[in-house]
Amino acid sequence: MKKLFDIAGDYFLLMLRVFRKPEKWSIFWKQFWTESNKLVIDSLVIVSIISLSVGAVIVIQTASNLESPFIPKLYVGVMARESLVLEFCSTMIALMLAGKIGSNISSEIGSMRITEQIDAMEIMGVNSANFLILPKICVATFFGPFLMLMSFFIGLIGGGLIISVTGIITLAQYVEGLRFAFKAYYIFYSMFKMGVFCFIIASISSYFGYNAKGGSLGVGKFSTQAIVISSTLILIFDLILTKLLL
Amino acid sequence: MIKVQNLYKEFDGRNVLNNINIEFKPGECSLIIGASGSGKTVLLKNLVGLYEPEKGDIWYDNNNFTRMPLSQKKIFRKEMGMLFQQSALFDFATVEENIIFPMNFFTDWSLEEKLERANFCLKRVNLENANKLYPSQISGGMQKRVGIARAIALNPKYLFCDEPNSGLDPTTSIVIDHLIKEITQEYNITTVINTHDMNSVMEIGEHIGFIHKGELIWQGNNKEIMDSECQPLNDFVFANNLARQLKKRG
Repeated sequence: MKKLFDIAGDYFLLMLRVFRKPEKWSIFWKQFWTESNKLVIDSLVIVSIISLSVGAVIVIQTASNLESPFIPKLYVGVMARESLVLEFCSTMIALMLAGKIGSNISSEIGSMRITEQIDAMEIMGVNSANFLILPKICVATFFGPFLMLMSFFIGLIGGGLIISVTGIITLAQYVEGLRFAFKAYYIFYSMFKMGVFCFIIASISSYFGYNAKGGSLGVGKFSTQAIVISSTLILIFDLILTKLLL
Repeated sequence: MIKVQNLYKEFDGRNVLNNINIEFKPGECSLIIGASGSGKTVLLKNLVGLYEPEKGDIWYDNNNFTRMPLSQKKIFRKEMGMLFQQSALFDFATVEENIIFPMNFFTDWSLEEKLERANFCLKRVNLENANKLYPSQISGGMQKRVGIARAIALNPKYLFCDEPNSGLDPTTSIVIDHLIKEITQEYNITTVINTHDMNSVMEIGEHIGFIHKGELIWQGNNKEIMDSECQPLNDFVFANNLARQLKKRG
């Protein structure tokens, strides 16, 4: 328990160093766009593939469970939309990103820690936490919700494609279902959740990377811890936010 | 000048540095020598503020570095340059970008001025035509040179080198040693070098401090070291057969 409080205290102290005004905004923006490329652009393909396939699977599973003639076929579209927007596109994609960008962040910063590159920055008088971590957190928190939005649309396209191929319902019924009783608030809710999850992923992974020790084995161990803790916190915050916002 | 007074440092209740008192003068290469684990790197990290001592003071001219608030230390660190054991060059940046890095933060120079300064520093360490290469594409010796070029990029008053010869062949080691000595004298820098390389001690050891089990037990220069009566120092300096035979022959 004491260790947990120590980690939490260290984490907040690190965040205090991270959320300072950057030494120069020009350097911050340069880092911001570099990180966007690494963290977001490089994740587009994997997010698209997963969303497309899950969208298709949800439609097949929902259609096979709604065989009763009393339930209109348009509910396949409704269910697919709600499943994607409420849970899959934020929580599941965030868990996947915890593995992909979380390990990327913690291993990158961890390697810099064990090869004394972070010490070199500190000796120069550079706030290494602010320089290395702030752009990552800003990129993840800002672009994460857009990844969720993209995942949602691709998921719906995946559902549409499988309907076109298999003909389990008509495309018109599917589209009608997507439009039926649509609540725009759910999109906002899901984007907000994704922003929180991406903040958790970037800050927790950075924390573990920044405190890595014990050579390359240590970097591996701390990266694994970063992914496990991020994933656990994502699930806990999913519960809290869902209770608060829905 | 750097002055260390009654410095103590411990980790998990274990004393690593015990009552260290030493002065480092400008324009002089001061060497801290000692076996691995003796506390050399801990002393160096205390000097640059990466570690906080348990007791004692470190003075930079008339400024008490240990009592400074972090914000002031940050400003002060702009006057320090450090060469790390493994060079610690930034993997994400080219040789040129590594040298420009501190300039980006602490100067308002134009890109042309920064490039001019970077080229000057690279020329000073006899490294040209490597500007666009990444650290992984150059040799260990070249990395050390880039490390020195980066350390002197902002004309530091204090230069710290942590085992600058580690992993280098004897010839390259001597080249690096002479380079550090020349730069120290040319810019009147206060240079502190951690080493256990006896070639460095004999080549550039104008002022040497010997640390044994966390205590500074001997100080002198590269001439006095040969005639020292300090047993742990003699065990360290004349550790190999060749050195022992040379000592016997006087």
